[in-house]
Amino acid sequence: MKKILVKGKVQGIILKSQNPINFLGTMDKKTGIISDEHHDLFQKSVKGTILVFPYGIGSSVGAYTIYSIKSNNSAPIAMICEKVDLTVATGCALANIPLITITEEEFSSLENGKKILLDTESPNPITFLE
Amino acid sequence: MDLTKEEESALKGEHGETMQTAYRILVATGEATDAEKLIPIEWAHLSGVNYNTIGDAGEEFLSNMSKNARVKVKTSLNPMGFDIDSVSKYNLEDNFISKQLSIKQSYETMGVIPSFSCIPYEIFEIPKAGTQVSFAESNAAIHANSFDNLKTNKESAFSALASALTGKSPYSSLRKEISSNLTIRMKVENPNELTYGLLGFFAGKVGNESVNISGIGKMDRRSCKSLCGGMGTSGTCAKFNFDEDDHESEKIDFDDDEMTKVYDELNTCEKGDLITLGSPQLGLEEISDLALMLKGRSFKKRCMIFCPRTVKEQATRLGHTKQLEKAGCEILSDCCTCLTPLIKKETVDGVTTNSIKGAYYLKNSNGVNVNLKSLSKIIQDETK
Repeated sequence: MKKILVKGKVQGIILKSQNPINFLGTMDKKTGIISDEHHDLFQKSVKGTILVFPYGIGSSVGAYTIYSIKSNNSAPIAMICEKVDLTVATGCALANIPLITITEEEFSSLENGKKILLDTESPNPITFLE
Repeated sequence: MDLTKEEESALKGEHGETMQTAYRILVATGEATDAEKLIPIEWAHLSGVNYNTIGDAGEEFLSNMSKNARVKVKTSLNPMGFDIDSVSKYNLEDNFISKQLSIKQSYETMGVIPSFSCIPYEIFEIPKAGTQVSFAESNAAIHANSFDNLKTNKESAFSALASALTGKSPYSSLRKEISSNLTIRMKVENPNELTYGLLGFFAGKVGNESVNISGIGKMDRRSCKSLCGGMGTSGTCAKFNFDEDDHESEKIDFDDDEMTKVYDELNTCEKGDLITLGSPQLGLEEISDLALMLKGRSFKKRCMIFCPRTVKEQATRLGHTKQLEKAGCEILSDCCTCLTPLIKKETVDGVTTNSIKGAYYLKNSNGVNVNLKSLSKIIQDETK
C-alpha cells in the first residue's frame, strides 16, 4: 500500500479496469454505468463493487459525479488506485468512499471478480477471502 | 501533513461544520499530492456550476452549503448550462432551468463573482508573477501554470471550493519549482490551433504532472488555449514547460502519425449539422479576429459561439456582435460547448468544431458525432 486517502473497512467483489476512468464524461450519474466504447468497462456498472483502476482522468467536475453516484446508491463501496488524482481523492473524501493507493505489484495481484476485505487500519489492508 | 493549531481545530469541527468539511477536503487533497502543509492563496476559480454536470446531488450540496458558507478570497466561476437571455429558444425543461438558477443563486450567496467563464485568465487581471491561486477548471489551471506565471494545483471542484472558503490550499508539487523528465518534440509542420489541441490531448495521455515541449514556435492566443484545453481533457497533467535546454529527459516525438491517431480517435464523422466555436470560450481577441475573417461572408448552417458575458458586452460595443449575427452566428454568454444541454442527439447527428475538448465531451457525454476542422477550414467550407 502506498497511501490511505479516505479511511474505512468494507468487504466486496473486485471490478478491475486496466484503463483510467474519466468520471465526468463517461460515467452515468444515476446508474454508475460507463459509456465510453473504448473503455474496458464499457456498459458495466461500478455499483456496489470495489473498483480497482489505475487513476482518474479528465475534468475536475468528476468529483461531483462521484458524489452523485453515491447519492443515487450507485457508487462503488471502495476504490483502489495505482496513482491518486485530485478528482478521485476529493470526490471520495466528500462521498466518504474508502480510497487507497497501492504499488504496481499489488495492483497486478488484484483480479476481477475476487472477493476481498479492505481495512485501511490494518497493517495488511487487503485480505483475499476466497 | 503539518497543520497549524487553528487548522487542527477547524478540522475537528470547532469552527463549524462547513469549515470542517472544507478542511477535510484540503487534508485529503494534501495527502494525495504529498503536500507538507497548507499555504494561503489569493484567487480561487470554481468548476461544478453546470446542472448538466453536477446534477441534483450538486445542486442540493451547494444549496445546503450556501446557508452558512462565505468565500474568503476573490472567487470566480465556470460556465453554467445556458444563457438566460436566449434560454427560451432552446427547449430546455423547466426543471433544468430552475435547478440551474438555484445553483447560480447558491454561488452568489456565498459571495462568488458570477463570471460564468472557463477563461478567467483572459477576463480578469493577472496577479503578479508567482502568485498562488486555486483553479479547478483544467484548461484554466494549465494556462495559469504555463502562460500566466501563476501557481496552482489541478484542483477538483471540491478542493477549489474548500480553498475559496478557507483561503488555503495544499502546498503540492505543482506549486513548487519542478522539472519534468519527459519532453515531447513537436514534429508536425505548419500547425494550426487544431494541431495544438491534438498535441495537448497527446501530451495529457503521456505526461504525468507536467511535460516539457520543444520545437514549438510562437503560438497565438487561440493555439495556446487549444493546447491547454486538449491536455486538460485527456490526463492529469497540469503544466507545460517550454524550456528548450533540457537534455536529460526522455524524448517522445509528436509527428504526423501520432497526430493522425489522436485525430481518428476524436473525429467520428465527415460532416456536421451545426458548428460550435468555443471550448474554451472565445475571448475578445478571437471574436474580433472572427469578425474580420467573416467580413462579407455568412454561414450556410447554424454556428453557435460561446463566450463570457463581459466579452459579449465588449464585442457589442465594438459592433462585432451585430456583424457576427448578420453572418448567421448565435452568440451565447455564460455557457460553453463542453457539456452543454443545448445540443441533443435527438435533434443533432453531428457537430463541426475546432475544439478538442468540445469534441471529446460532445461525443462521450452528449452522444453526438464530431467533425474536427481548423477554424480557417471551417470558414472555407461552411461559409459563402
